[in-house]
Amino acid sequence: MTPVLEVADLRITFPDSDGRRFAPVDGVSFSLTRGETLALVGESGCGKSLTSLSLLRLVPPPGRIEPQSRIRLGGVDVLALEGEALRQIRGRRIGMIFQDPMTSLNPVFRAGDQIAEAVRAHFPVSRREAAERALVLLKEVGIPDPASRARAYPHQLSGGMRQRVMIAIALAAEPDILVADEPTTALDVTVQAQILEVLDRLQDTRGMAVLLITHDLGIVAGRADRVAVMYAGQIVEEAPTGELFASPSHPYTQGLFASVPRLDGPVRRLTPIAGSVPPPGAWPAGCRFRPRCPVADPRSLEPPPVLPVGPDHRMRCWLAEKRAER
Amino acid sequence: MGSLRALLGVTWRRPSARIGWLLLGAVLAAALVLPPILPDPAAQPDILSQANLPPGLGHPFGTDMLSRDVLSRVAWGARVSLSVAALAVVLSVTIGAAVGLVAGYAGGRTDAVLMRLVDAALAVPRLFILLLLLAVWERIPLAALIVILGTTGWFATSRLVRGEVLRLRGEDFVRGAEALGAGRRRVMFRHLLPNTLGPLLVAATLGVGEVILLEAGLSFLGLGIQPPTPSWGGMILDAKPVLVTAPWSSVFPGLAILVTVLAVNLVGDALSDALDPRSA
Repeated sequence: MTPVLEVADLRITFPDSDGRRFAPVDGVSFSLTRGETLALVGESGCGKSLTSLSLLRLVPPPGRIEPQSRIRLGGVDVLALEGEALRQIRGRRIGMIFQDPMTSLNPVFRAGDQIAEAVRAHFPVSRREAAERALVLLKEVGIPDPASRARAYPHQLSGGMRQRVMIAIALAAEPDILVADEPTTALDVTVQAQILEVLDRLQDTRGMAVLLITHDLGIVAGRADRVAVMYAGQIVEEAPTGELFASPSHPYTQGLFASVPRLDGPVRRLTPIAGSVPPPGAWPAGCRFRPRCPVADPRSLEPPPVLPVGPDHRMRCWLAEKRAER
Repeated sequence: MGSLRALLGVTWRRPSARIGWLLLGAVLAAALVLPPILPDPAAQPDILSQANLPPGLGHPFGTDMLSRDVLSRVAWGARVSLSVAALAVVLSVTIGAAVGLVAGYAGGRTDAVLMRLVDAALAVPRLFILLLLLAVWERIPLAALIVILGTTGWFATSRLVRGEVLRLRGEDFVRGAEALGAGRRRVMFRHLLPNTLGPLLVAATLGVGEVILLEAGLSFLGLGIQPPTPSWGGMILDAKPVLVTAPWSSVFPGLAILVTVLAVNLVGDALSDALDPRSA
């Protein structure tokens, strides 16, 4: 199947206080096919949100997407777009929902008006049609009594309701791809499940591809088709979800799993990954996980290539080479 | 807009602000209702026998040295001073908001250039700029006075709006609007500007008080509103020779300035308190 979105060798740089540029996202590649869910998993600061913003060219200045990067949306080279053409893909081809439903809605406009605005931004419909469309969307994201909720201001809605409104806004322009950046992080656990369920259902009915950005392995299982694990600006391991959960291969991925409690399997101590993610710009040469890696060896001083460890399963670690030899 | 109505509600519940609203309402009502039913403010019935009459039945605020009715002139002066102040503030808030929006949203070099210009303008006392500009005219037309007052009053407002925009620009709803394909103008006028209305309202209200005082001061110096158009500052200037012998012709316009500016500032302070999340 041809991918709806292809990202290759994405490199995003920012200047530090001395004007030298460092790359919080460095050589990220992935693709997304129609109807598929790819989870981008990583700790805060690993570059996953920046990656998602770059898809719509929303990297905040003075950040810059370096020229070798490629982002292709269907047949369109996103990095070559300017002005109106760029505006046309925002929302229309890729919709986005953000982490914090408290700040994602404009506080001075009613929920329904904000959805209608999103409809009118991309379709030539009258105000009235847009308002009706907003009600349909509110219903679709599971909001009871949409007519009265449409008239509510954001502060009158609960966090879960606001996030549903956000989803409705993102769906308004009927995008092929939905980027959900930590869509449930700010919500209660019970509400989390409801929101994820709404996303699943919409994906099924609309055949959207979803890029799910999260730090929570728990919401990845059973939802994503594939998982890409990010560490320090790079994807370190990518595999189908089942495969990744069954045999996490990169030492970082293994560390992530060891630090999360499991309901199945024997009770064991949680082992946290030693140390913390160094800030962008202070990443070590060679393998970036080396200082925290329990199995680092002299070869880790060289940057590891991305190597296959199984069907559709790749990682950025020298261990892969050792395994292949066996 | 719900939040704006809530804001006004908060200020109404506050006693000092309620006094402000009532005073302001009284001044506005007087300016609207009184002039048509009072004698012609320019009429000089008899300079010899009717001048400098103390307040009484025929002339509640007395008459001035040219035998003109002081109450009528104060009421007409209210129309003039209030509309000059209102128009000048509308002008300055509009310019200030536009400059602040552009500087805050565009950022980078645009922001740096605009803000350095504003810094420079703020470093010169406003009265000094005004005197310089007013020196061009011998008798300044009312419209020119409004434009000059308006174009010299927006510097602080632009900084205020820029600050708000910088804060708002980091909010997800602004990024969200951009992610939805909203253009620059749409983001600025639909997402940023409405969210700065609260602070703008405070700046505008306090600005009205400031402009009333400035205009009164300029008119008192003979540089502002030109006779025979009645203005509060001009009335005090006219009454200077009889300040001691017929104090009513200067006290009443002075009181009008005091009450109006006090009212406007009470309301403005209450609005700014209501907007401050720390003073619940």
